[in-house]
Amino acid sequence: MSKDKSEYLINRKDNQYEVVIGLEVHAQVTSESKLFSTSSTKFGAEPNTQVSLVDAALPGMLPVINEYCVKQAIKTGIGLKAKINKRSVFDRKNYFYADLPQGYQISQFKDPIVGEGKVILDMPDGQKEVGIERLHLEQDAGKSIHDLDPKNTFVDLNRSGVALMEIVSKPDLRSPDEVNAYVKKLRSIMRYLGTCDGNMQEGSLRADVNVSVRKKGSKEFGTRCEIKNVNSIKFMQMAIEYEANRQVDLIEDGQSIDQETRLFDTKKNETRSMRSKEDAHDYRYFPDPDLLPLEVSEDFIEKLKLEIPELPDEKKKRFIEKFKLSPYEATILVSDNETSNYFENVIKKSDVKLATNWIIGELFAALNEKNLEITQSPISAGNLSKLINLIKDGTISGKIAKTVFEHMMEGDKDPKKIVEEKGLKQESDPKALEALIDKVIDDNREKATEFKSGKVKLFGFFVGQVMKVSAGKANPQLVNEILKKKL
Amino acid sequence: MSDITKQSLSELIKNIKDKKLSSTEVTKAFVERSEKSKELNAYVTEDFSAAIDKAKKFDENPNLDLKLPGIPMAVKDLFCTKNVKTTAGSKILNNFTPTYESTVTQNIWNEGAILLGKLNCDEFAMGSSNETSFFGSVQNPIDKDLVPGGSSGGSSSAVAAQLTPITIGTDTGGSIRQPASFTGIVGLKPTYGSCSRYGIVAFASSLDQAGPMAQNVRDCALLHEVISSYDEKDSTSIDFKRNNYFKELTNNIKGKKIGIPKEYRVDGMPKEIEDLWKKGIDYVKDCGAEIIDISLPHTNYALPTYYIVAPAEASSNLARYDGVKYGFRADGENLIDMYEKTRSEGFGAEVQRRIMIGTYVLSSGYYDAYYLKAQKVRKLIKNDFDEAYKKVDAILTPSTPSSAFKIGEKTNDPVSMYLNDIFTVPVNLAGLPGISIPAGHDAKGYPLGLQIIGKAFDEQNLLNIAYAMEEKINFKNKITDWWIK
Amino acid sequence: MIVCDIFNYHMSIDLKTIKHISKLSRISVDEKKAEKLAVDLNSIFEFIEKLNELKTDNVQPLTSVAETTLKLRDDKVKSKNLREQIIKNSPQENEDYFVVPKVIE
Repeated sequence: MSKDKSEYLINRKDNQYEVVIGLEVHAQVTSESKLFSTSSTKFGAEPNTQVSLVDAALPGMLPVINEYCVKQAIKTGIGLKAKINKRSVFDRKNYFYADLPQGYQISQFKDPIVGEGKVILDMPDGQKEVGIERLHLEQDAGKSIHDLDPKNTFVDLNRSGVALMEIVSKPDLRSPDEVNAYVKKLRSIMRYLGTCDGNMQEGSLRADVNVSVRKKGSKEFGTRCEIKNVNSIKFMQMAIEYEANRQVDLIEDGQSIDQETRLFDTKKNETRSMRSKEDAHDYRYFPDPDLLPLEVSEDFIEKLKLEIPELPDEKKKRFIEKFKLSPYEATILVSDNETSNYFENVIKKSDVKLATNWIIGELFAALNEKNLEITQSPISAGNLSKLINLIKDGTISGKIAKTVFEHMMEGDKDPKKIVEEKGLKQESDPKALEALIDKVIDDNREKATEFKSGKVKLFGFFVGQVMKVSAGKANPQLVNEILKKKL
Repeated sequence: MSDITKQSLSELIKNIKDKKLSSTEVTKAFVERSEKSKELNAYVTEDFSAAIDKAKKFDENPNLDLKLPGIPMAVKDLFCTKNVKTTAGSKILNNFTPTYESTVTQNIWNEGAILLGKLNCDEFAMGSSNETSFFGSVQNPIDKDLVPGGSSGGSSSAVAAQLTPITIGTDTGGSIRQPASFTGIVGLKPTYGSCSRYGIVAFASSLDQAGPMAQNVRDCALLHEVISSYDEKDSTSIDFKRNNYFKELTNNIKGKKIGIPKEYRVDGMPKEIEDLWKKGIDYVKDCGAEIIDISLPHTNYALPTYYIVAPAEASSNLARYDGVKYGFRADGENLIDMYEKTRSEGFGAEVQRRIMIGTYVLSSGYYDAYYLKAQKVRKLIKNDFDEAYKKVDAILTPSTPSSAFKIGEKTNDPVSMYLNDIFTVPVNLAGLPGISIPAGHDAKGYPLGLQIIGKAFDEQNLLNIAYAMEEKINFKNKITDWWIK
Repeated sequence: MIVCDIFNYHMSIDLKTIKHISKLSRISVDEKKAEKLAVDLNSIFEFIEKLNELKTDNVQPLTSVAETTLKLRDDKVKSKNLREQIIKNSPQENEDYFVVPKVIE
């Protein structure tokens, strides 16, 4: 593996291979009811309790589309700076499977609701644009459970019919790191928009990963394999790494690559062929005659545009321009809506620079340690803001602030109260400090003489002594000034 | 009153409203006659005792303001009926009992009608003779061993034999009009989108429509008024202003322009059909309407188009019958084995044939050549009608190219069976309303029908023309009750 | 006899195709059934081929005759827990799940 700058290449003898990746992300639309039925989409219900007559494909049942899901798909399209198609068509994708009650999935094939768009990734060596091919609406399938019984498979249709957005990228991704950044960015955009909660544990975000390899510099694409239904970013990265190496080995061995569907085995960390399904792969797409073409007006789209919040890219730009943040800081703070909201709440009444450092540094570290999301932070934005003001106005030192912060993490306490209760207020009275410093100099006569004779390094020693004697509460700036005078 | 079952729907309603007859009396009369008519095999499921109970209940507190007060009726077994077995004429649904009601039947019960039972039909409505039903062929009351037409063969037989005063069928390529024609009754296929498809076992979604079948046009108009409704549960249901078809029915069609399409004069058409058509033209003229020659140039392509579109949709619509959620399941070693055995044993030969045709025309490499081509020709066929309706208000044609044939006569030759629908299929492809009215008899004494095709959503005009013609034709069905011992 | 002629001279759909379609349709066919189906389908397709007489390059395909646009429904949960009635009709009894023979991946 070469780490020539950020380029991800696979090396074999004299050859270097580039990896070409395209993603089909399946994002569950945030909605109360399903795409074509009125049953609930809530996660975690008892099996088969959220299954309507339509979801179970009973004879004579018909689909009726959910307007909110259509709006959500269009909003996502706007977020991806994509072309919104005013006319789109729902097709049937025909195949048999135990968890596909209709014997077909209603999807969009030739005429998707959203066309080409783009996503900007912030990579360590700069920005990268990834093309979006299309976004379409489709139904989710149910769930087959194979391990409850040795002879039978059990089917739960709660998910059956839940709305999904399939977001297809162009084959623009070149490394597992870019895939990581891409999925996170997509998720971030959808979370800002409120169109998908991005919860990968609950399966709200999954992806089919298309991988091919080619010799570095080659313009032709290699034969691709599709790794189906990978449900975490880490697994996507592992699957790509395995699959790319497998393909390179085949090529190096003089063999050809079969275009096929593969499965990532998370236990063995390898991909394997799903050939058993291949023979049935003629989906016989055709327009669903139970539905008519979906048509949306310019006005409908314009109204949705008004509902679009500031998205991460714009927010980042604003943070950099208005608050003078570095691109690195801004990227971190806009990564999700909750974080940027927290940040903006903190800086309403406190110093931006200090707030940025405290959030990205202490707060993130502390949350990480406790495995908490920003929304679960024990320290409210208001109290963090107060803490920062205590530092800024010299009430406490940065060092003391860390102690106060630790107390705050135990429960959302007002930092002022902590400072009072624990007597952590900074000593800024010059007279009191003078007395303190006099005593320190007195106790260290010899060192003072050495300092005066030119051993300037000893200044730090005196500062340390004063802080020690004051139990850290002495205002370090004043200590410096007074010490200079006295010595 | 001993001749209750001979009364038309309008007479029955009048007698019930005038308290000359109770719903119980009427219901019992039809139940009794149905009991004596088992040889016709018109019913798949009888719900007689429940019907009599419902009639008694109706009589306890009769709501005579309803449009079908206490009227018993049997319906085609393609309509899902709550807690009453619904089979679609198939083994694969032999044990299926819906927990829900189709919109069309709900509309009927809401107006006071009472379910007598479920009527036989071709399996999944795929057939023109009712011979593909898992529950056996149905006898045409006109003559022994004669098919009643299809797919609504149990329905046509039951109305002609007076086992039910009226009924509803479904029509995908002629399944109401052709059996109506074969049994000497009236059958209306409404405009696509006029009656909800919710709760009707689907055959071909872009073509299927439910419609009334009755002894006469007036009854047909009343039943149509009841079943036609806008339904939010069907995305293809159309919200248009519906008439009071019964109340607004008139035999005054003076000045109406009736088109005669030359392309319906097909090769080898029996002379008696040709003559019937000419007679029909005379009747229309007698009514004061104007005859205009028109052309529907793509008529000959309708049947091939239909035999791509309908099987394609059916192959997908019938994928849900897989032995997993309901219906018949054959044992299998694994899932795929179970699917293949279930569908092979559960579907009859004609249904399997159509699923195969549909799968083939949609499969990779053939889609453009067949399915897409058919959709384009369908457009041309619709354009033909649009063009014609610039000149005329309705179109008059024969309903079928022949009278009813013998059971078994055409079962070995699918194409000759398909040719039966040659005059009815274009109407479904264009989504138009069409009505078949009995207009005469052939040499054997078998009934023959004429078809009137209307403009979309113009059922009122269509019914009016049929009503006016009916008066002139004065058709009498020749039924001898041969099956009653 | 006529049927045999069609079988001999218009074998555009051969047994291999029949088997492929039957696989896609999930309907098992044995040799005998496949041969019968080939005969039937060939005669039907011979009749369908009539469409090739028409030039349709510039014709817009017609998907639905309903000349209206798709109606959109509100995002409201209306369907309640119907587990009992939905599973009631299923061929293999189980209180919570639909049960099918083991799926072999």
